[in-house]
Amino acid sequence: MTTMKHRDEGIAPELAALGLPDKPDGPGAAAMIAAGVGVFTLGLLTTLAEFWTGLSGFLADFQGSRGVGGLAGKSTLAIVAWLVCWGVLALLWRGKDFDLKLAFRIGLVLGALGALLTFPPFFTLFA
Amino acid sequence: MELSSRETWTVIHGLVLGTVFLLAFGGGLAGLWSLRPGFLTAAGIKERMRRLYVGTWVMGVTALLTVITGTWIVYPWYRVKLAAVGDSAFAGCAGLVVPGATCSPRDFLLSDVSGHTETWHEFGMEWKEHISWAAPILAITAAFLVTYYGPRLISRKWLRMAVIVMFVAAFAAAVVGGAFGAFLNKVAPII
Repeated sequence: MTTMKHRDEGIAPELAALGLPDKPDGPGAAAMIAAGVGVFTLGLLTTLAEFWTGLSGFLADFQGSRGVGGLAGKSTLAIVAWLVCWGVLALLWRGKDFDLKLAFRIGLVLGALGALLTFPPFFTLFA
Repeated sequence: MELSSRETWTVIHGLVLGTVFLLAFGGGLAGLWSLRPGFLTAAGIKERMRRLYVGTWVMGVTALLTVITGTWIVYPWYRVKLAAVGDSAFAGCAGLVVPGATCSPRDFLLSDVSGHTETWHEFGMEWKEHISWAAPILAITAAFLVTYYGPRLISRKWLRMAVIVMFVAAFAAAVVGGAFGAFLNKVAPII
């Protein structure tokens, strides 16, 4: 956790007329990391379901009678992971600062891994 | 001129929501890109930010509606297994040139009765159905960051670029979904 004082008006003097209050970076960092967690969860479940039949069946249980198959569970759990992570981190970091560059890098790595895990030539390696 | 219920939903999912998403992305990207120090007056910033808030949230919500309609309404019609007869998984597709009452689009593609079409499902649909769900996550996160930081994005170049990366990544995920959706609906339409 870091403490930062932003100097927005020094870089863009036109902002001075708007009278913007300084805002902590904690909520922004929470959003960035949570997005990465959501995409990573999506990819992880996609790949795991290829070889873990128990998980595959569990994910398909989310479809109810709609005939969506395992995608129902993968997408639902990815959205839940994203929102829960976002909510928890936002609560923890409310009114606080966090290194935004670090948060973005964490989110970017998680997101890139998640995207790779949804790529068929990759996840079918485990089928 | 008439559209069936299924055709109507595929139009809503792909064409209507897809077009709104594309428009919101174009406007949002242009707005974010030009959000630089010295470009706007205070009044201009207020006007620009209002449009940016609306544009980014429209993109996020549209992306969410697109994947929800795609997954929960259109996708079951695509993947239902209709063609199995006895030991033959795709007997119902024999002799067909498009999917029909005894052969769903998925059956049709996997059966290879109309050329080598299996990869459209194995690669195209499998990638599309999963990666598309990254689009609303990234687009809504970008919309939140635009709303939270507002005009401060003008003075924080690095943060603005980070938001643009998320915004473009959301678009890229949607392009995979949209492009394969268009091709799949061409090769094996939901009728």
